[in-house]
Amino acid sequence: MSGFAKWRQSDTAQGLTLVSPTFIYAILLLAAPIALVVALSFWTQDYLTLIRTPTLENYREAWGELIYQTLMLRSLKLSIFVTFFTIMLAFPVAYYVSFYVNPKRKPFWIFMITIPFWTSYLMRIFLWKVILGYNGVINGSLMGLGIIESPIREIAYSQNAVIITLAHAWVPFAILTIFVALEKIDRSLLEAAKDLGDGPFRRFIRITLPLAMPGVIAATVIVFIPTIGDYVTPRLVGGPNGLMISNMIELQFKKANNAPLGAALALSAMFLVTLISLVFVWLNRKYLTGQGR
Amino acid sequence: MKSSLWLKTYIVIFMVFLYAPAILLPVFAFNNSSIVSFPLKGFTTDWFIVLAETEALHTSAKNSLMIAVVSAVLATFFGTLAARASARYNFKGRKPIMGFIMVPMVLPEIIIGVSLLVVILQLGLDLSLWTIVLGHTLICIPFCVAILNSAFLALDNSLEEASFDLGQTKLNTFWLVTLPLVMPGIVSSLLISFTISLDEFIIAFFLAGTEPTLPVYIWGQLRFPQKLPSLMALGTILLVLSIVLLIIADYFRRRSAQKTGANTSGGFI
Repeated sequence: MSGFAKWRQSDTAQGLTLVSPTFIYAILLLAAPIALVVALSFWTQDYLTLIRTPTLENYREAWGELIYQTLMLRSLKLSIFVTFFTIMLAFPVAYYVSFYVNPKRKPFWIFMITIPFWTSYLMRIFLWKVILGYNGVINGSLMGLGIIESPIREIAYSQNAVIITLAHAWVPFAILTIFVALEKIDRSLLEAAKDLGDGPFRRFIRITLPLAMPGVIAATVIVFIPTIGDYVTPRLVGGPNGLMISNMIELQFKKANNAPLGAALALSAMFLVTLISLVFVWLNRKYLTGQGR
Repeated sequence: MKSSLWLKTYIVIFMVFLYAPAILLPVFAFNNSSIVSFPLKGFTTDWFIVLAETEALHTSAKNSLMIAVVSAVLATFFGTLAARASARYNFKGRKPIMGFIMVPMVLPEIIIGVSLLVVILQLGLDLSLWTIVLGHTLICIPFCVAILNSAFLALDNSLEEASFDLGQTKLNTFWLVTLPLVMPGIVSSLLISFTISLDEFIIAFFLAGTEPTLPVYIWGQLRFPQKLPSLMALGTILLVLSIVLLIIADYFRRRSAQKTGANTSGGFI
């Protein structure tokens, strides 16, 4: 057999041939468009004509103007809060399903947890507006019962409403990711610790939690990065002070018709969330290996 | 056990939180009031009749169905190729290539919508239903790969080898042995991508031309308070539809796992 014929039979050749249509599709519709957005962010737009002279003007505007700084900082703050609350809500549920539920019933539980995620995205956000609004389900019922006299403003049309709605949207993802990590924990380690005299709290802190950390970290990144890109939730439930950077990106690409600035804002936001995620992952890795595993 | 009681109480509260919107949707859909709020007024099916009489809704629903079917078929085709390659061959660059294919799962959808919009406008193409299909196929592929990867991984290689030994060609083996074994995985992948595409709003909003999809239509109607009760009815229909689709998808996913001898725990995503 010649060298080429032999190579054609190899795993590499067969695997690459088989994966190439999908890979090429992803390059054409993901990598190439993003590369074009990067180029666009260095161009400028004069009404309808693009000026293709490279300039840092858009980035100067995106990082220098007060309104963009405010929106960017608020988006990062809200995304961090959303991620934190989502993980806090998700961990006990994942723990319960993994450690307390009968193994035969686990698929059913996972199915029940994922169903709300598959209900209409727009409707779900809108219903949170109905639940949290001034005469919504919570405020309306509390006022009807005479417990409060005026609506609780903290939950209606505010940043808190954005946090609640987004945490609700992402919590199934976080539960599944943490659940997978918890399922991998060798139960005999916990028994060994018990035999050696560790109480339940010590067992949790010294065994379960460190071994679950990879799942928690993955869940954090999975929730944190896409959260920054949601413009529907802030628009519907955020009120005037709850708008985020993605609302501005949408505005620049659509009504304001300044796509280069929109591109610079989108890339800056992506850069910041990626940077924060990397630092977070790095810190955790350092901490976990520092524990002397 | 005190701690487990605390945990169980929390789980009950959490499930109420998780299901709150899904439970309220049908409540308001059948509520005989033009305002979406408590207290409830009475039972009516009028809002469903309003839906049946809204022409614009039917057009957008047809658009969405077309997009969802085409995207599901395309994404499952691309997903099958990638999952098969990844599960069967240990080729150079497998990890980075597969990682790259999975990126749309964690990328904010606004980035995908914006970047595709820029490309289409730069190429001078018109926005249409097909541009949405391109975007939806891209975001569905990672979900298909995840589902099909486990189907192909659970596949016993010796079954294919037996077919070769008995003189079947590669193509025949694929059609007669491999494909029937992973078929439930493929059906599950089709249903999941269909559901994702049908509900996707962010990308569709950027890439829709003059013809709206169902979520784009809903977004337009959310501004009008008098339209809200009928939107609740629409949401209820969509909710029931996606639950039915998911139950079917889950059934096929489990059958796929049973056929190939894997354990059936775990879920979507």
